Amino acid sequence: MAKLLKNREILLVIAIIALVFVIALRFPGFVAPANLARVYNDTSILIILALGQMAVILTRCIDLSMAANLALSGMVAAMINAAFPGIPIPLLILTVVALGAALGSINGLLVWKLDIPPIVVTLGTLTIFRGSIFLLSKGAWINAHQMSDAFKALPRAPLIGFPVLSWLSVLAIAAVYILMTRTPIGRAFFAVGGNPHAAVYTGIDVGRTRFFAYCLSGGLAGLSGYLWVSRYAVAYVDIAAGFELDIIAACVIGGISIAGGIGSVGGAVLGSLFLGVIKNALPVINISPFAQLAISGAVIIIAVAVNARTEKRKGRVILKKAEAV
Amino acid sequence: MAELNLSPRVIPDRLQSRGSRALKSWESLLLVVAILIFAINSFASPYFLDPWNLSDATFNFTEKALIAFAMALVIISGEIDLSVASIIALSSTAMGLAVTMGADTPMLVVVGLGTGLLCGAVNGLLITGLGLPSIVVTIGTMSLFRGLSFIILGDQAYTGYPASFAYFGQGYVWWVFSFEFALFVFFAIVYSVLLHKTNFGRAVYAIGNNQTAALFSGVRVGRVKFILFLLTGLMAGIASICLTSRLGSTRPSIALGVELEVVTMVVLGGVSILGGSGTIPGVVLAAFIMGMVTFGFGLLNVPGIVMSIFIGVLLISVIALPILWSRARRRAH
Repeated sequence: MAKLLKNREILLVIAIIALVFVIALRFPGFVAPANLARVYNDTSILIILALGQMAVILTRCIDLSMAANLALSGMVAAMINAAFPGIPIPLLILTVVALGAALGSINGLLVWKLDIPPIVVTLGTLTIFRGSIFLLSKGAWINAHQMSDAFKALPRAPLIGFPVLSWLSVLAIAAVYILMTRTPIGRAFFAVGGNPHAAVYTGIDVGRTRFFAYCLSGGLAGLSGYLWVSRYAVAYVDIAAGFELDIIAACVIGGISIAGGIGSVGGAVLGSLFLGVIKNALPVINISPFAQLAISGAVIIIAVAVNARTEKRKGRVILKKAEAV
Repeated sequence: MAELNLSPRVIPDRLQSRGSRALKSWESLLLVVAILIFAINSFASPYFLDPWNLSDATFNFTEKALIAFAMALVIISGEIDLSVASIIALSSTAMGLAVTMGADTPMLVVVGLGTGLLCGAVNGLLITGLGLPSIVVTIGTMSLFRGLSFIILGDQAYTGYPASFAYFGQGYVWWVFSFEFALFVFFAIVYSVLLHKTNFGRAVYAIGNNQTAALFSGVRVGRVKFILFLLTGLMAGIASICLTSRLGSTRPSIALGVELEVVTMVVLGGVSILGGSGTIPGVVLAAFIMGMVTFGFGLLNVPGIVMSIFIGVLLISVIALPILWSRARRRAH
């Protein structure tokens, strides 16, 4: 039992159930299966993004440019669709995923080939991506009437009872889970973050592994770009502004150590769901949506403090401190 | 990473002279760039060289530079503070709240500085007290502080600041020299002395170069870092007073994205993002360069978001270029 309680994922599941329970005490409608499915659907994009961020954080890096990448990819998707409505949507999605991965690879190359600290690289590309949206769109919006019906319908289309958006996130979870646990590159993410020097001696190219992590996060951001734009049926410069903080918050809550090497797919998903439940519950329990930013901030700080405590117990921090400084 | 240390060290027979070292330094390169940009601007626009115009141009960088001085120390010590823009927002909101309660100008200054110090103390306590990584903590407080001003203000704005409060952002000390510019010069001197001439400054470098060694040589690492975050909060408070006074209003989205410009300014000034090296004169020159470039863009009617692309490119290239340069030189040997 004590061992079970130390497990991060189980603690999170308990926390989420408790949270839902408290909300349900006052608003029984919140726990109706249809509503819970809606909450999951609403959190789908965050889950997809958190999976990509997790891979990056595992390798001791960080990607602050994900939301800007999402916005740029989403804008490109909307512009292609507005200009050539005939292009089939699956092809469009592939294009956008490739574009996102290419944008991510810029981050990856700068980190890999030039050894620039990841935070600086992604802080820089964040503004560059956002600015590029303005250059592309000249500041104009792409509105619902400019998008084709097929473009807008896909994430909402029902498939065995749930919208395609939900299924896509389930697919992403499964794919990343297999990548993380069953492939050499997935294990390399953990190895590079856990101990980069040891990773070098076991024949893992640290820089290349980080590059792949950034490509993965970029590709997932590109996919989310299409999903975001088609779901809300609008594209403009500032979509998802500040969302990078939510993504990092989801990872930190999910127990993914910012120092690298520790984390799991389950953690990232549960961390996202925790934020998603809070976000969906706020209007129900009559708290101003303006409070959400402060709540995410407080949750990040609490989660990182909790993480630091649990990591300390493992007795590996002493070594890490000596070399990290 | 690991294999870099294996190459043999070349120890020169004679150290470079003081003069040649100064000529080859990052600061002299910045000086040349600053003069170049100044020359280009004065050719590009006939109005640029007017003293009042130049005085207006200083408002582009003074507030950010005030924070950059403290941020330079934080980054030299190997930490980072991404919450400065949100501290500006929160202390501006606090001042707006104080106005609605009938506070006068001196009280507003106290509120502004106090909020800044308090935010800095929160960062400092979380980072040094609990030993958390500064990047995550300040990403958290970045949304916490701005979130608090969103809770207080929502989609409203505070206006109605007293007339005497306008002096901090709009007043002139003498002729074309604004109060903000005077503040900039004053703090440039204060921070130069603090970093380059005091034991505290040496301790900051020591921590940035090797925290463990600094600890074992008797530097109170935790206390120094706490003071640095306190100083950054204080400077953000001062910047908030200037900005609020200059704009005459407060919205929760005030100073959005300023942290990026401050970090860029510090890095452009030659402060290593990995900690351990950098100078205040470098940051001063970087402030001038960034101010003049954005002002020059303004004269050419370039929109703000395009300028932010430029700042992003600048941030990455000022770090990438020295790395590429040193690699090219190593290959030449």
